[in-house]
Amino acid sequence: MIKVLYFAWVRERIGVPYEMLETQSGTVMELVEELKQKEERYKVAFSDLSALKVAVDQELCEFDAELNGALEVAFFPPMTGG
Amino acid sequence: MRVSVQLDDFDIGQELDLFRNGKSNTGAIVSFQGIVRNNSENSLLNMDIEQYPGMTQKAISKYVTTAVERWSLNDALVIHRHGKLFPGDQIMMVATAAIHRHDAFQSAEFLMDYLKSRAPFWKKEITKKGYHWVESVFDDEKALERW
Repeated sequence: MIKVLYFAWVRERIGVPYEMLETQSGTVMELVEELKQKEERYKVAFSDLSALKVAVDQELCEFDAELNGALEVAFFPPMTGG
Repeated sequence: MRVSVQLDDFDIGQELDLFRNGKSNTGAIVSFQGIVRNNSENSLLNMDIEQYPGMTQKAISKYVTTAVERWSLNDALVIHRHGKLFPGDQIMMVATAAIHRHDAFQSAEFLMDYLKSRAPFWKKEITKKGYHWVESVFDDEKALERW
C-alpha cells in the first residue's frame, strides 16, 4: 500500500486530500498513468505535468523517480511559500 | 537553530531578543519579516496557507542546515505560519546570526529564496469575487540559480 497525497488545486480537482492505493507501478510516471486510466478527475488533474511537482517520501523528485518501497507520494503545484 | 511551522502569530521583537541572547561571538543579525500584502484592487479578504505536514519542517530544516554550514552561521531561525491570515498579518520570519554582516545578509537571502519556491506551502487568496491559488513566479524559480 502506498499513501498518495494531493495539495492545493490538485487536491481540489481530485476531491480528496489523500488515498491509500495498491499499485504495481515502478515509477511516479507509471503511477500517474495508472491514475489517469482510473477516472476522469485524475486525467484532468494530471493533464499538464509541467504544472506539477512531486515528492516521494517527502523529498522533491522528478516524475521518472522510482517508487521501490516508497510509503508516500505527493502531487502538488509549484510551492508559494515565504 | 530553530524551525517552527505554526498557526499562531509570533512576536518578532521577542523572538529577536531571544535569538540574540548569549551570542557574544555574533557581530551581525539579519532578520526578514514577510507580511500578507493586499492585491492591487485592495480586494483581498484573507489568505489561506496550506502546507504538507511532515515535509514542511523537514524541508525547511534542510535548507537551514545548508545555510548554517555554507556561511558558518552561529545560529538561524525560521518561523512560518499556515492557516487563515489577513492583510497586514505576519506570514513568516527569518533571522541569521554571523560574525560579519555579509554572511548574515547572504544566508538570509538564500533562505528566503528557498522558502519561496521549495518549502511546501501553497497560498490561496480569497477575494470578494471568489478565490484563486497564488501562482509561482518564474523569477522566484530563477532566483535559486544564483545559489
